[in-house]
Amino acid sequence: MDAKAIHEKLAARFGEKIAGVSLEVLEPWVVVASETIAEVAAFVKADPDLRFDNLMCLSGVDYPKEKPPRMEVVYHLYSYTHLHTFVLKVHLPREDPALPTVEGTWSVANWHEREAYDMFGIVFTGHSDLRRILLPDDWEGWPLRKDWVDPEFYNGMRVKPTQQMMERALAGEAIGVGPFDFTPPNRHAGE
Amino acid sequence: MAPITGIIQNKFPDAVVFTTVDQVVNWARKSSMWPMTFGLACCAIEMMAAGGTRYDWDRFGLIPRGTPRQSDLMIVAGTVTLKMATRVKRLFEQMAEPKYVISMGSCANNGGPYWKYGYHVLKGVDEVIPVDVYVPGCPPRPEALLYGIMKLQERIQEDRVLRRHPESVGSLTGATLENR
Repeated sequence: MDAKAIHEKLAARFGEKIAGVSLEVLEPWVVVASETIAEVAAFVKADPDLRFDNLMCLSGVDYPKEKPPRMEVVYHLYSYTHLHTFVLKVHLPREDPALPTVEGTWSVANWHEREAYDMFGIVFTGHSDLRRILLPDDWEGWPLRKDWVDPEFYNGMRVKPTQQMMERALAGEAIGVGPFDFTPPNRHAGE
Repeated sequence: MAPITGIIQNKFPDAVVFTTVDQVVNWARKSSMWPMTFGLACCAIEMMAAGGTRYDWDRFGLIPRGTPRQSDLMIVAGTVTLKMATRVKRLFEQMAEPKYVISMGSCANNGGPYWKYGYHVLKGVDEVIPVDVYVPGCPPRPEALLYGIMKLQERIQEDRVLRRHPESVGSLTGATLENR
């Protein structure tokens, strides 16, 4: 099926829950109301004409400068049966973004949703094991949000280079640009 | 030659070799640096190439070991994330003395491309463990790593094992991490 037919099928089934649409792009997409996404996911997988049996990717996106500011979750779908693709998007508020999980439809969403949670703090309600997947468990904050500010330290390790370190680097004193056997004084010699 | 050394001059057969204990110990240490099998990112691919038949670090006496307990050398090959940094430190602490560290590639040296905006990357592995030799490159070619290994061998050969350190006269233990 082409994108237009897929959109018509979704619009006929879900009505105003399919909010936005863009079909004249490389990867045609529709915007789905956040509370409906689990039903839409189950439908597009089960429907014999659509049969989106593969969730290729699930991503989080942060748009702080849009009006109103929003987060998005983007679902790239593929059908091994019909060899067609389609994209679903969900708009979420930047404050406490939450939406139902699609883990029940595509089990691969388990890890993808954990990653979106890890990086953006998007909560997938009903997820079987929603915890950080890449960052350490004791990490604080959501680093891929656009308003993220690096902490100075994490567990005693410096995260942001100091001004002095930057100046040393700009002066060409940084490790890695000198001769092979250049060894700076051990920074922990005093301990 | 004038007979000045008295009773031991010209008393030994050809098979006897004279040297210092420091020389022998250092020669043994530098000739069998066993690295830990340990790679973090793309630098590890170059490290594996250095261990393969073409570059063959076996000829330097490097035999990769599967455990820090049997290793003398840690080659930090790749990006050290903050999450991994605690593990790297623990692995280093599990190695028996004497132990050496080669920091391989820009990421391990100073964070590399993650220097300014990498929220999750340690700005140089020497923040958590002492480094003996830094090998620059992104990633360094196997030749560069081998050159770093040879530089480390030179440093080991200069090490003072039993002899006092010049600036620590009076101390019994001269060879420490800070002044070797």
